Amino acid sequence: MFSYTLFIMLLPLLSFIVLGLAGMKMQHKVAGLIGTCSLGIVTILSYLTAFQYFGMERVDGVYQTFVPYNFTWLPLGNLHFDLGILLDPISVMMLIVISTVSLMVHIYSFGYMHGEKGFQRYYAFLSLFTMSMLGLVLATNIFQMYMFWELVGVSSYLLIGFYYPLKPAIAASKKAFIVTRFADMFFLVGILTFGYFVDSFSFSFAGDIVMGQGTTPFIEGNIAKAVAAGGFIIPTALVLMFIGGAGKSAMFPLHIWLPDAMEGPTPVSALIHAATMVVAGVFQIARMFPLWIEYAPQAMSIVVWVGVFTAFYAAAVACAQSDIKRVLAFSTISQIAFMMVALGVSLPGHHGAVLDNHAQLGYMAGMFHLFTHAMFKACLFLGAGCIIHAVHSNEMALMGGLRKYMPITHITFLISCLAIAGIPFFSGFSSKDEIITACMEYSPVVGWIMTGIAAMTAFYMFRLYYGIFWGTENKEAHEHHTPHEAPLTMTIPLIVLCVITVGVGVYTTLGGFMEWGGSFGSYVSAAGTDYTIHFNTQIALTSTVIAILSICLATYIYKGESQPIADRLYKTFPKLHRAAYKRFYQDEIWQYVTHRIIFRCVSTPIAWFDRHVVDGTFNFLAWGANEGGESIRSWQSGDVRQYAVWFITGSVALTLILLCI
Amino acid sequence: MIPVECYFALSAILFFIGVYGFTTRRNLIAMLISVELILNAVDINFAAINRLLYPNGNEGMFMTLFVIGVAAAESAVAISIIINVYRKFKSDSVDAIKNMKR
Repeated sequence: MFSYTLFIMLLPLLSFIVLGLAGMKMQHKVAGLIGTCSLGIVTILSYLTAFQYFGMERVDGVYQTFVPYNFTWLPLGNLHFDLGILLDPISVMMLIVISTVSLMVHIYSFGYMHGEKGFQRYYAFLSLFTMSMLGLVLATNIFQMYMFWELVGVSSYLLIGFYYPLKPAIAASKKAFIVTRFADMFFLVGILTFGYFVDSFSFSFAGDIVMGQGTTPFIEGNIAKAVAAGGFIIPTALVLMFIGGAGKSAMFPLHIWLPDAMEGPTPVSALIHAATMVVAGVFQIARMFPLWIEYAPQAMSIVVWVGVFTAFYAAAVACAQSDIKRVLAFSTISQIAFMMVALGVSLPGHHGAVLDNHAQLGYMAGMFHLFTHAMFKACLFLGAGCIIHAVHSNEMALMGGLRKYMPITHITFLISCLAIAGIPFFSGFSSKDEIITACMEYSPVVGWIMTGIAAMTAFYMFRLYYGIFWGTENKEAHEHHTPHEAPLTMTIPLIVLCVITVGVGVYTTLGGFMEWGGSFGSYVSAAGTDYTIHFNTQIALTSTVIAILSICLATYIYKGESQPIADRLYKTFPKLHRAAYKRFYQDEIWQYVTHRIIFRCVSTPIAWFDRHVVDGTFNFLAWGANEGGESIRSWQSGDVRQYAVWFITGSVALTLILLCI
Repeated sequence: MIPVECYFALSAILFFIGVYGFTTRRNLIAMLISVELILNAVDINFAAINRLLYPNGNEGMFMTLFVIGVAAAESAVAISIIINVYRKFKSDSVDAIKNMKR
């Protein structure tokens, strides 16, 4: 059962090795085909896994957790680091998300990266990323998750810096790597704290385990021991892990790397920095969810408020950006924050292993939004890629009026915008509405804030949409080079992702109102039980009306040939616009904190101490040894007669001593 | 009958002449001759002490012969080394050989 899941991880690894070692000798097409074909097989296997897994009988109303493979990689006394594959509803759901988006990006890149130098290297890195991300979601323990977590960080670094001759790309890749590494340090400390007190890294607390053939059984973690050692230990470990997740998922104030990561090729932004890698933090919280809800319910408010603030901040910044990829990047940050909030508002209201309806709602909504967001945001990014491909620029000022030239991109972009804005019958509506419902139940304040942010989302997305496809056409820029529709390899992924968005949207919207079973909640829920989504009509209606109102507002302001209202707004609030455009000076604050405070007040004294005290000690030792050597050097003169004198004197002295004794 | 002390005296005189020669001479040949003197002093001791302590035994004598044989071989090796040194350094003085010194 499920033994083929091993190939889901091995095939991308194999393709990475083949492309990495022999890729440069291959033709572009061959290298791309190898990567795409291996990923195609992975996608088929993932769908097969999902089909088989969700097709199985539930035991006590719960999907069982399967571990087809698990072996001890490094035993360390009580603790042991394992490598293996764990299948439960969220990891199977993530398999589908990752393989689908990754396959679409592989196909899309044929067109987008056509003729680029390093085409083979690009596909090799994509394979590496896919392998790492799949390993992350299939991990059987936190440590394996951490290993693959770092691997996705590395592949993200490599792909952001893909255009390595360009300075901004190098700076962005370094920034992304350092910021996420800084956050991962907390993750590691959290893991070690957890492992030290619980004596286990494994995820076996997540549910009932069915073992595959030839696997070693888990040793149950001793959570009771950790609780006995102090009630703060598990919450502390979880919050430390959350900081790691916040770094990867670009939560405020660790979000600074994500907008810069847009220096990478656009398909990479779609795959890594919108759909899959950046939701690793959300996935991590979902994975540790049984612990959060059982042992650290108070600490979850940290997740909620970090999420709420990030969502608001990113939405505000997105309203003022002019680079289309930056707008999408901030929108991604905002949407991931929605997922975080959704997980955070899952209140503990349960007895024993049974979670009540409420906790299920937030968890389910977060996972659902992860799923739908991955699809429509990937579509948006790939659409942006088509536009950049046509216009050769990221700046909105050079676009406008593109709807005539690029009909397919226009339609798919519009559909994705409607989805992210939360219009019924598009997938974003169902998931976002569930999130807002969960927030409302947690606290009306959070609920209304999130509704407001959802309205801002609709506004800035349609500002972007009108800025690209409507408004004044920049005739000057289009004079030499008329924009044209992207080739088929680039439009097919857009259409596929759009079909998923609309299909899921229609089914779940109708299903939500009619209370159909078999919707997303039937498969993924906090307790693993069948959860039927049903909309709260009042909330659904309110958020829809608000979304439509803000779309109308955006239409009113940005659709026309000239934009008098927008210009007047700039003139009325020049400082606000400037601050939002500069991302509220977050980068500058980080720069100030790191360079002026940390480097000057901490690093410089430490460097002085290192150079003068630590190095000084060793230099003194070396000097002493040198001087000592110099002083006894003359004993070893190389003069045979002198040696003979010493030898004879010595033996005479020895003889005399022996005689006297 | 010559008293045994005479042998010891001769041996001691030869030995110290050898040591003196070995430590003061710079010439490689002279140093080799000094080493031969030391070995001969030892030979005399072996023979005399064998005769004094174990008149019926011959082990000391055998040892003497053995030392003479080794000394012959040693001088052959030493002379070949000296010839090579002379060829390389155009000198037979120990002071000439200081390539290993800084």
